[in-house]
Amino acid sequence: MPKHELILLKNMSAQGYSGSLADYERTGGYQALRKVLGKISPADVTTTVMKSGLRGRGGAGFPTGVKWGFLPKDHKGPRYLCCNADESEPGTFKDRQLMERDPHQLLEGIVLAGYAIGAETAYIYIRGEMVLGSRILERAIGEARDKGYIGKNILGTGVNVDVWVHRGAGAYICGEETALLESLEGKRGLPRVKPPFPATHGLYNKPTVVNNVETLANLPHILSKGFEWFAAIGSPPKSTGTRVFCVSGHIKRPGNYEVPMGVTFRELIDEHAGGMRENKPIKAFIPGGASAPFLTPDHLDVKMDFESVAAAGSMLGSGGVTVMEEGTSMVWAALRLMEFFYHESCGKCSPCREGSSWLVQTMRRIVAKQGRAEDLETLSDLCKNIAGRTVCAFGDAEVAPIMSTLKHWRPEYVTLIHEAEAANLIRPIPAGARH
Amino acid sequence: MLREKYQKEIDDILMRYPVKRSALIPLLYLAQREQGYVTEAAMIEIAGLLTLTPPQVYETATFYTMLNLKKVGRYHIQVCKSLMCALVGSDTVVGWLKHKLGIGPGETTTDGLFTLSTVECLAACGTGPMMQINDDYYERLTEDRVDRILADLRTAGTSPLKSGPYMWPEPAAQD
Repeated sequence: MPKHELILLKNMSAQGYSGSLADYERTGGYQALRKVLGKISPADVTTTVMKSGLRGRGGAGFPTGVKWGFLPKDHKGPRYLCCNADESEPGTFKDRQLMERDPHQLLEGIVLAGYAIGAETAYIYIRGEMVLGSRILERAIGEARDKGYIGKNILGTGVNVDVWVHRGAGAYICGEETALLESLEGKRGLPRVKPPFPATHGLYNKPTVVNNVETLANLPHILSKGFEWFAAIGSPPKSTGTRVFCVSGHIKRPGNYEVPMGVTFRELIDEHAGGMRENKPIKAFIPGGASAPFLTPDHLDVKMDFESVAAAGSMLGSGGVTVMEEGTSMVWAALRLMEFFYHESCGKCSPCREGSSWLVQTMRRIVAKQGRAEDLETLSDLCKNIAGRTVCAFGDAEVAPIMSTLKHWRPEYVTLIHEAEAANLIRPIPAGARH
Repeated sequence: MLREKYQKEIDDILMRYPVKRSALIPLLYLAQREQGYVTEAAMIEIAGLLTLTPPQVYETATFYTMLNLKKVGRYHIQVCKSLMCALVGSDTVVGWLKHKLGIGPGETTTDGLFTLSTVECLAACGTGPMMQINDDYYERLTEDRVDRILADLRTAGTSPLKSGPYMWPEPAAQD
């Protein structure tokens, strides 16, 4: 067992824990709700979360309490909480486990967040493919409602928070918070232009908070044990708490590992995930899901906190760590991710819609050894004209694999193009046809 | 017609949302469950139920990959081909399924039993290669496991090899 304290995976790591309401209550579940509801003011709950240093676990890493604080204080009428359970970032599979194995931990977090922001309705927007997860959550909501933990007048405190599961229908972009809201409103999941932000104009144009599953699951623990306890874990002051990192790829023991933020990638990969599958050296790794730029073995001693990974030129993103062994073609790997982004571009912004198509075509040509000398310049040029020019961060995400592999493994691209030229597969474009 | 058969379920869905249109995807799922795919007639009926125009229903339905607008086989096999699964052998799984079923991605077997699709990430990267068949995930696939799953589906309509609730690595493996 790990040396450090587990927070989110603690219950489920115990043999025989079923995730039922009875099991959850036995481990101290719903005590935070009893401690907080009607006894600590919503403003104080928000302050506690702010002081804990908890930052969003979905990808952007925005401080949770600060996000809550953006909601207008004087707004009359409904507010909404949306739990972002649309886990679709390649490399990431933690929320699925948190929902399927310990659903009440998440539900308690949702009710606490709903209380803090004054939302009487919360929706769990779960990705459509996770049918089992949605059934488990539905059942858990039923159990919690029967016990008075969810619904009207929770535990007799006069607080109302109702929770509903809403299944998405297969679209990566719906993990983007405004696309999620559009989808929840029954429309195509196209991101909205920000500002206005969901805090003021969210679901049905009402003040709304969108929080990731892992973020919300942390709340019962922070509120029962206090912000000082949480703020001391990890890599304070800016990366507090633990994170559930998902390890995949050429690794001996892939899976979800909860570690305090600030451990190194080397420690996670070698000690927790058992090292490389066939003991080959590491060639590359993605530190935070498909949207995060690739890193090299030189970065293995980088600490896994928000700032250190950013300083290394990537991001901690959604917590998905994918490891590739020596012998993996980086151009092929970038193409595989590019095909994902091409498929998932929502089509709203031209740079992303058109650019992803051009990128994927160029990459396919290079991998098929039909590349041209000018293709590398075309790729860089396209990437520069996509990143930062779209409504949401998808444009930045889709260029990350190509930009970073071009940066660290450019010779691999060049070799493939040289092989194409040597095989005389491509005839030069006649001078007159160039523009 | 959905309304005659599922009035209570439709009412239960509608009461969850203050704005009717939010019930659109849940109702499209209901239609898909009924027919195996979303028919034009169902989209028109749903438009009526939610006071939308049929094009508004259609524009939403066409956006999402899980809503089938064409008939699929009784078992819809969707294999993840994204990088993380590809690193651990999803191309081999697709090749094996093509060999066993005699169809390529996007095709349905002549007996109408299986449709094969390749899809992007299903959030099971730690247990790849993986596939989803109808509502169930099947993970850590090998050729042998794929054979057993297909045989189970043919004979029993379900397979004990389906996964979940998800925990990986299992607690024992973590020691």
